[in-house]
Amino acid sequence: MATVTFDHATRVYPGTERPAVDQLNLHIEDGEFLVLVGPSGCGKSTSLRMLAGLEDVNGGRILIGDRDVTDVQPKDRDIAMVFQNYALYPHMSVADNMGFALKIAGTPKAEIRQRVEEAAKILDLTEYLDRKPKALSGGQRQRVAMGRAIVRQPQVFLMDEPLSNLDAKLRVQTRTQIASLQRRLGVTTVYVTHDQTEALTMGDRIAVLKGGLLQQVGTPREMYDTPANVFVAGFIGSPAMNLGTFEVKDGAAQVGSAQIPLERNVIAGMTEADGGKLTVGFRPESLDVVPAGTPGSFQVETNLVEELGSDAFLYGSLKGGVVGELSAGDSDQLIVRIDPRNVPMKGEVINVAIKAGQAHVFSAATGNRLS
Amino acid sequence: MNWLTGGGEPAQKFLLMFLAIALFILIVGLILFLVDRPQNPKKWFLALGFLGLPVLGLGFGLVYPAIETIRNSFLNRDATKFVGLDNYVTAFTTPEFLVVLRNTAIWVLVVPIVATFIGLVYAVVVDRSRFEKFAKALIFLPMAISMVGASIIWGFVYAFRPVQGNIQQIGLLNQVLVWLGIPPQQFLINQPWNTFFLIVILIWIQTGFAMTLLSAAIKAIPDDIVEAARLDGLYGIGMFRYITVPSIRPTLVVVLTTIAITTLKVFDIVRTTTGGQFGTSVVANEFYRQSFVTLNTGLGAALAVLLFVLVIPIIWYNVRQLRLAEEVR
Repeated sequence: MATVTFDHATRVYPGTERPAVDQLNLHIEDGEFLVLVGPSGCGKSTSLRMLAGLEDVNGGRILIGDRDVTDVQPKDRDIAMVFQNYALYPHMSVADNMGFALKIAGTPKAEIRQRVEEAAKILDLTEYLDRKPKALSGGQRQRVAMGRAIVRQPQVFLMDEPLSNLDAKLRVQTRTQIASLQRRLGVTTVYVTHDQTEALTMGDRIAVLKGGLLQQVGTPREMYDTPANVFVAGFIGSPAMNLGTFEVKDGAAQVGSAQIPLERNVIAGMTEADGGKLTVGFRPESLDVVPAGTPGSFQVETNLVEELGSDAFLYGSLKGGVVGELSAGDSDQLIVRIDPRNVPMKGEVINVAIKAGQAHVFSAATGNRLS
Repeated sequence: MNWLTGGGEPAQKFLLMFLAIALFILIVGLILFLVDRPQNPKKWFLALGFLGLPVLGLGFGLVYPAIETIRNSFLNRDATKFVGLDNYVTAFTTPEFLVVLRNTAIWVLVVPIVATFIGLVYAVVVDRSRFEKFAKALIFLPMAISMVGASIIWGFVYAFRPVQGNIQQIGLLNQVLVWLGIPPQQFLINQPWNTFFLIVILIWIQTGFAMTLLSAAIKAIPDDIVEAARLDGLYGIGMFRYITVPSIRPTLVVVLTTIAITTLKVFDIVRTTTGGQFGTSVVANEFYRQSFVTLNTGLGAALAVLLFVLVIPIIWYNVRQLRLAEEVR
C-alpha cells in the first residue's frame, strides 16, 4: 500500500502551447479512493496516464509512496490499470488475461493459478475462466479487467472510466461493487470519470479539474456544500445548481424581486473588477415554495415540471426585477425542487425563497467563492 | 462471318472491339430491362436475370476449360488415345520432372516464409518512425513492376562475363565480387543455387505486399491493448511475440497463403531468366513447355491439373482460418 503524490506535475503535448495538465499538486493517502472528475478535455485521463507511465511528465514529479517514479517504466511502478474499453487480450482466455502480468514477471504457474482463482472468486468469474473475452457480456468483461488488476496485488489501482461502456442499470450496480471491493482490499485507488454522480457516490475524496487546472479537492460533502468556485458549483450536483449574476444594492443581492442579504465579509471581498455585481448560486432543493408577498421571496413562472416519483423538478423563468444571466447546468432556466404531490401547472407563477444560509456567493469577475 | 472472326488491320481490330463492347452493353441492358418489367417477379426469374450471364461466362471460361484439361490429362500427346494415368506416372518418375517438382516445393516453402518474415519485421521496425511513408513506398515499389520486368532487372544484377582478357563484369553482383577479390560466379547456371537466386526475385516483389497488409494489421491493434501490455511488463520482442503476432494472426495466414498461391503459379521469372534450363524449371513453366513447345498436350494438362491440386489445400486452409478468425471476432 502506498500514497500517491503529484508534485507540480505538468504535461504538454508536442505541438501544443497550453499544458494538458498544468502544475498538478495532489496528495492521495494510503488506501484512499480518489476520483478525478471534470468535463472532457480537462486533463483527468492525462493525469492518470502520467501516473501510469503511459504519458511523459514534462515538469514536476510523481511519487508513489516515497519513491520518485517520474522516469520509471510503467511495469516497475507497481500499479495496475483498468481501461475504459477493458483492453483485454482477445486471443487469451480469461484466466490467461488475468494472470498475464504474473507470467511475464516469471511467477510460478501454481501461484498464478491460485491468485487468478482467488480473484475470480471475488468477482464471480470462476465459471468463465476458460472462455475468450469475445464470449463474455460487457459486464463480465469489465469484471475480467478488474480481475486483471486485482491479481497483480499492486500498490495503486488506476481506473480510467471503467463503467462508461456499461448500460445505466449495470453501471449503478457495478459502481457500488467497485467501491465496496476497494474498501475491502484497501488499495489506494485513482479513478477517472466525467460523471459527477459516480464521483460523489464512490470517492473518499474528489478532485475536480478543468482545462488542465485543479479546481478543488475535497470530500463529496465539501464539494457539494462549499464549492470553491462557480465551475465546481455548476459541475457537482444533479440537477445542477442555479447560478446567476445579480446587482448588489445596499448590502443585498437583487434576485428578481427579492433582496438576498449578504454578509459583511462578502461585501468586503468584492473588488472593482466585479462592477458591483455578484454571482449567486442556490441548489434546487435550497428553495422553499412560500406564499406570495413573503419577504425575501421571488417569482418563478413554470415552464415545465419533471416528475421523478420521489421528487419533482420545476423548470421556470425568473420574473420581475433585474435578471442577470441565470442558468442551471446546460439549461438557461431556473430549477426548483417541489413537492411531487403538489405540482403547479404550466404558466403558473409560484413564489420561492432561498433557505437561510444555503446561498453560495461567488465573485462575478473571478468566479471564486466569497461566502 | 469471315470479317468478324478473322483479324486484320489494327483499325479493323479496334472496330471489332467496339462492336463487341456495344453488343455486350446491348445484351446486358436488354436483360436488365426485362428483369425490371414484371411487378412481382419470381425469385428464380430475378436470380436468372442477374446471375445467368455471369454463370454462363464462368461456365464457358472456367469450368469448361477445367474439365477439358482434366480430360486431356488422361489422353496421349495429341489427345487421340486414352492412356490412363500414364502422364501422371511420367511426371512423378522421370528424373527431369522430379527436379521440377523439387524446385516447386523449394519455391513454395521459401518464398512465402521469407517474404512474410521480412515484410513483418520491416513493418514493425518502420511503424510510427519518422520515415515510415518513404520507407514503405521504397519496399512497395517492386510490387508495381511486372514479374518479367523484375526478372530482366535481376537478370542484369546476376549477369556474368567469362573471365578472360579485358572483359569487364556488367552484373552488379559479380562486380561486387570482383571488388572483394572473389572470382565472378555464374549465378543463373550453377546448380542448385541458381534456383535460390531466382527465388530472391519473387521475394523482392512479394515483400512489399506482405509489408503493406501486415502494417495495416499492426496499426489496427487497439492502442489500449498495447498500453495494457506495457503495464503488464512487455517490451520489444515480448510485445512482438505475445501481442503483435497473435493479434495479426489472421492477416499473417492470408499473406502466407496468398504468396504461396502466387509462388505455385510462378512462371514469368523462370521463363525470362533461364527459360527453365540448368535445373531451374518449375511446374508452371514445365506445363507451358510441354503444352506449347513440345506439343505434348496430355502431359501439359497433367501438370496443370497437378498445379491445381496443389493449390486446393492452401485455399482450404485459408478459408478455414478466415472462418476461425470470424469466430474470435
